[in-house]
Amino acid sequence: MAESERLEMRGIVKRFPGVVANDGVDFTARAGEIHALLGENGAGKTTLMRVLYGIYQPDEGEIFLDGRAIQVRSPAEALALGIGMVHQHFRLVPTLSVEENVILGLREGLFGNLRRVRERLAAIARDYGLEVDPRAKVWELSVGEQQRVEILKALYRRVQILIMDEPTSVLTPQEVKQLFSTLRSLVEAGLTVIFITHKLDEVLEVSDRVTVLRKGKVVATLPTAEADKPSLARMMVGREVVFRLERGPAKLGEKLLEVRDLQALNDRGLPAIRGLSFELYGGEILGVAGVAGNGQKELVEVLTGLRKATKGRVLLFGKDLTNRSPKEIAAAGVAHIPEERLRRGLVPEMSVAENLVLKSYRDPPFARGPFLDQRVIISHAERAIAAYQIMTPSYNTPAKLLSGGNIQRLILARELSGQPRLIIAAHPTYGLDVGATEQIRGLLLRQRELGAGVLLISEDLEEILSLSDQILVLFAGQAMGLLEAEEAELEELGLLMAGAGRRRESSKG
Amino acid sequence: MRFVRIRIEKRPAPSGGLILLTSSLAILAALVVAGLFFWAYGASPLHAYRLILQGALGSKLGLAETVRRAIPLLLCGVGLTLAFRALFWNIGAEGQLLLGAVAATWVALFSGLSGPWLIPVMLVLGFLAGAIWALIPALLKARLGINDVITTLMMNYIAMYLVLYLIHGPWKGPQMRGFAYTDFFPKAAWFPLIPGTRIHWLTLILGLLAAIAAYILLTKTKRGFEIRVIGENPEAARFAGMSYTRTVLIVMALSGGLAGLAGVGEVGGVHHLLRQPEQISLGYGYTAIIVAWLARRNPLAVILTALLLGALMAGGDVIKASLGLPFQLVNMFNGLILSFLISGELLMRYKLSFQPGRRRWAGRPG
Repeated sequence: MAESERLEMRGIVKRFPGVVANDGVDFTARAGEIHALLGENGAGKTTLMRVLYGIYQPDEGEIFLDGRAIQVRSPAEALALGIGMVHQHFRLVPTLSVEENVILGLREGLFGNLRRVRERLAAIARDYGLEVDPRAKVWELSVGEQQRVEILKALYRRVQILIMDEPTSVLTPQEVKQLFSTLRSLVEAGLTVIFITHKLDEVLEVSDRVTVLRKGKVVATLPTAEADKPSLARMMVGREVVFRLERGPAKLGEKLLEVRDLQALNDRGLPAIRGLSFELYGGEILGVAGVAGNGQKELVEVLTGLRKATKGRVLLFGKDLTNRSPKEIAAAGVAHIPEERLRRGLVPEMSVAENLVLKSYRDPPFARGPFLDQRVIISHAERAIAAYQIMTPSYNTPAKLLSGGNIQRLILARELSGQPRLIIAAHPTYGLDVGATEQIRGLLLRQRELGAGVLLISEDLEEILSLSDQILVLFAGQAMGLLEAEEAELEELGLLMAGAGRRRESSKG
Repeated sequence: MRFVRIRIEKRPAPSGGLILLTSSLAILAALVVAGLFFWAYGASPLHAYRLILQGALGSKLGLAETVRRAIPLLLCGVGLTLAFRALFWNIGAEGQLLLGAVAATWVALFSGLSGPWLIPVMLVLGFLAGAIWALIPALLKARLGINDVITTLMMNYIAMYLVLYLIHGPWKGPQMRGFAYTDFFPKAAWFPLIPGTRIHWLTLILGLLAAIAAYILLTKTKRGFEIRVIGENPEAARFAGMSYTRTVLIVMALSGGLAGLAGVGEVGGVHHLLRQPEQISLGYGYTAIIVAWLARRNPLAVILTALLLGALMAGGDVIKASLGLPFQLVNMFNGLILSFLISGELLMRYKLSFQPGRRRWAGRPG
């Protein structure tokens, strides 16, 4: 492989109001390499790549492609220069077919020259292991397949540099494997792949070189062969990181939640939960594993009163609370850490203090008769900010100005404040940096020690394995199995998540 | 060769000064564009504006007229800030106002009541009539998800034709010699005026109290908290166990009720009979939308913006009389303010940054 740098970014500075997202970043990438860009959330990885892809303009710094200085003022220019990006959230039109999505925005193919498009697509798909039915509508595809469409889109535009932003967060272990082999074959063909991630294992598994960013600055660039997990973690976080969480044996309490033969529909009116039964006891964490879209979202919504069950029962604390309102269920002692933090978890325009009482505002001491007691609300906010280490300029700051980790701290502070007996946590650390992740996992374990039950929905299998006492695997709205976390293995979990073979239903009692 | 590059960037939170500046610029821009129309009519824009200013603010009579126009704008505008805070697009204040006028007329002429009871009952029933009129689209939206803009707007036409039907049909006044009016209200139903003006002060006080009450409701109470959360993020409101239906019904009952009071004030304080809808209202319900937006959905600020738009309307009367220009120019001017204001929203959320460009331009790959 040629050792010359194909891409060189020199002294990139990008400021946003109040933060320097990139502070003099130097970054290089070669032809034929997978270059991992590692860092915590907010370290500036995505910003740097958005500068390269023309979404942001750098405040300072220069970019060279094959030795020539370039300016990238828009994604269209980036594509013309051979730079493509697959975003964390896909940019596809769900109602259009795969091939239509690929040619969207291109001049060719507009007037029925679809045959040539199809041939080229088929050739690319064959060469790089990106099989997907070109005539399928995008909404019919799994998340993994949609990602393949995004890669196809870029390759169809003949990119030489492909940026992948956190590509594995939505995939099963098997899909991750397939993605990695695709990326390998791309660099063998001479492309450059830049791989944004905060997962250390992935860096070690797939990359050739790694650049670590912390707080907008480069900590180091080194060949992956010279790196190991502890050293990378130290560079990324700036201190030693504990990977094993301290957790005592489960002290099972009383039965908190019993779900019996539950059925529910998804937003499109199709069956999403198809006869699900399980139990959850105090003092345990029950992990729910599964690929996105297998009923997890609907399960959480039914349990918290946001979606109606069409059949079956939900017994909470011995009482039948099937299809009760969110208010009644919350009042019974159920906390909900929602999947979509910004959309559901808080009101971005309103202040930190107001968001902290989003659920408890109607009760004393926050309310006196029909009025709110601002002084109590403020002192409550000050206590919560200190106790949960929420980094915010003041209690009066609009919640939308907080970082992801602090938004999640705010939500936990609110949800855990009423000493809930059952906590339903949906993807509680998704997209958070290592520090916040550590803290939030610790908070969940603490609740378990205190005797609360935790239903943990997550796509991060490491998280499920390290936190849960038992693991329920969901596939197509049904339980594929209930495993003891101690004896569960990643490989087996992956197979169950992919729907391969139903395992014995173990029971507790 | 060096270039200055101009880029558009997002601005996190606009400051109070910036908001004031943009609002003032919107009004200024509307003045400039409307000036072109005055000019096209052969009138000097500066002269016209001086007349408007004098007419609205230059004399005791002008000031009184400004306040009189501001009363219905204040009542409707306060109600609209509540609805808009909950993100319910109430375009129907006009119809709600007319229903208030209809209810007041019924009380004054057909209820059999008399004496000191008349005015309080007119106010109560006027409020209720406006509220009920507003609850229909509120229910349609909360229960069936029907678009609030369209239903509230259409309810205006129904209200308009209802008034026309009444004054041409069952309520046509026997003493009016064939004109399409009801008879005059009994004197006990005439709202007291500030001597020497046409300001029906009772409604004015109700409007001021409503502005203060709405402000307290929004900022200090549980219900107001729910209104704001629902307006900012209905998903989060549902998640937090707040009832969308109940909140929207309350907000619209208040919004419609206040507009109804405005209608009571117009027939009880100004006309003393029910007549053509466009004479009762002059588009107060629509202008109040601008009043509420210009106040940035803050009920207290409505006091100022209602006076501002009231001055424009009073001034519009003057240019009609002394320059012979159509009164519609004032409506056009109001429309211009709203357009510029909404465009200004966009400007407030973004900013331009200027920076020196570089000589080298993007090269295309060979």
